[in-house]
Amino acid sequence: MEKTLQSGDFKEKSFVLRGERDVDTQTLEINVGPQHPSTHGAFRMNILLDGETVVRLKPVMGYLHRNHEQIAENMSYAATMPYTDRLDYFSSMSNNFGYAMCVEKLASIEVPERAEYIRVIMAELTRLVNHVSLIGFLLNDLGAFFTPVVYAFREREKILDIFEEVSGSRMMCNYLRFGGVKTDIGANTLEGIKKIVRAFPAFLEEFETLLTKNEILCMRCQNIGILRPELAVNASITGPMLRASGVNYDLRKVDKYSVYDRFSFKIPLGSRGDVYDRYFVRILEMHESVKILEQALKDIPQGDIINRKMAPFVKAPRNFKPAVGEAYARVEAPKGELGYYIVSDGTAQPWRYHVRAPSLINLTILEDMCLGQKLADAIVILGSVDIVLGEVDH
Amino acid sequence: MLFGMGILRGLGVTLKNFFASYYKKPEEGGLFTVEYPEKRLPVKERFRNFPFLVYDTTPENMRCVACDICAKECPPKCIYIVRDNDEAGRPLKKPAIFDIDFTVCMNCGICEEVCPFDAIYMDHEFEIADANRLDALLYNLPDLLKPNDYFQKIRPNDAAQVDARRLEAEEKKKAAVAAVKTQAAAKDIKPE
Repeated sequence: MEKTLQSGDFKEKSFVLRGERDVDTQTLEINVGPQHPSTHGAFRMNILLDGETVVRLKPVMGYLHRNHEQIAENMSYAATMPYTDRLDYFSSMSNNFGYAMCVEKLASIEVPERAEYIRVIMAELTRLVNHVSLIGFLLNDLGAFFTPVVYAFREREKILDIFEEVSGSRMMCNYLRFGGVKTDIGANTLEGIKKIVRAFPAFLEEFETLLTKNEILCMRCQNIGILRPELAVNASITGPMLRASGVNYDLRKVDKYSVYDRFSFKIPLGSRGDVYDRYFVRILEMHESVKILEQALKDIPQGDIINRKMAPFVKAPRNFKPAVGEAYARVEAPKGELGYYIVSDGTAQPWRYHVRAPSLINLTILEDMCLGQKLADAIVILGSVDIVLGEVDH
Repeated sequence: MLFGMGILRGLGVTLKNFFASYYKKPEEGGLFTVEYPEKRLPVKERFRNFPFLVYDTTPENMRCVACDICAKECPPKCIYIVRDNDEAGRPLKKPAIFDIDFTVCMNCGICEEVCPFDAIYMDHEFEIADANRLDALLYNLPDLLKPNDYFQKIRPNDAAQVDARRLEAEEKKKAAVAAVKTQAAAKDIKPE
């Protein structure tokens, strides 16, 4: 039988805040979730508490498991595209992007320039949607119920309208095709995107006035959930989480995939790696995304939106049979490195398909960040990791 | 900065937005929420919800030939098709059963992309909720069939393109038939 943990067991450990105790307390094991509003979905944290301090935390996932990889191995390459929308349902365009890039690498397909620009525009709009709503949810977790989230959703709504106009669906876009995109962006839509991009910095400024220097937010977030850069690198954390710890690693700069090498933008970095840095890195990233969007919208060329050789396969996906081989492609999704790995055996279905989901890997570090923190802070730390359970449990 | 100023400035933002919601226009930062059942936003042309089948003139003239391509390509496999037979048991070019289970359908629009006969398209109808969870959302052939006029009404640009393409194909076919006839006629004449 497992020995019941007593509070005295942790006396020597550094994470017990008060070294000496005059009362002997018992630890308390609680489950946050699976049905809990702060867990962002069906996710459970099994927490052992000493008073209010977290002494052990076990993330329990899998409530939303949908067999994504096996499903993809049993149908044509094109039919997986709508399923990738449902991984991280906040940023379906980025998910499409990664999958399309992987298949294009596998079959060596060229993408026309206009299509690349449309992809970048859509991916950056997705980043705006994701970061702005994440910050709203983070503030919800902090207890600032619904004011920031409603401000964020107001902006998100405008971008989702663009997605609907372009692809036909607000969240489950299914917009990219191998070798290009599904439909062209009209002049009106481009004008609409330009309008959103022009207005976005003003919104960010307002959002920052509301939040960045708010004393309650600072007190709740600063020096909470510190992630050291060495640990972050060793645990293969990616995305804003890693950059908030001060590690300069962004696939848009490292891989220079698609047409990202043509735009000038900076990679914002944090210094302490606490929750506040993670919040602020995302704000700064949105400023950089706006810069990329401005440049992309200015330079977008005319031309084909899909590789001519690939256009027939949209009509007949079963005829698309890449040669035997394997490919791994990755994109900088809003949550981190989103990678797809496909092994082809020359048939119309992939032989092996694997997703490297950033949410899942970023979540593995949760216990290390939460130990020694208060229970209420554990909720905030989970919020700052930015998980979407569709992706965690793919 | 004085302690508490951050909060006060934040409250200033909410106060500004509170007043702005009364006098500003929606596009300038005022309220743009639409009170849904009473008021509605126009549906975007590319909006896709669930598929429907197009027919020309009468429902018997449906474009679907029961080729089963959409059923094969459908990612969640929500389409079920059985081909119709005539009295002698020979297969006809139309479906006897065409079911789509809307509880399974995930609105991806792949059926519309792969259909070679321009027969299946994504609808704009979204108010189809029903209290019956067993078969209310299992749509059969009569529920799915809608006239081409309806398609033209909901998606004018796409429908115009499709109609132009179909007309062109028809004319090509006619021209080809005519060419074959004239050739045959010429052959008939020559030996004499």
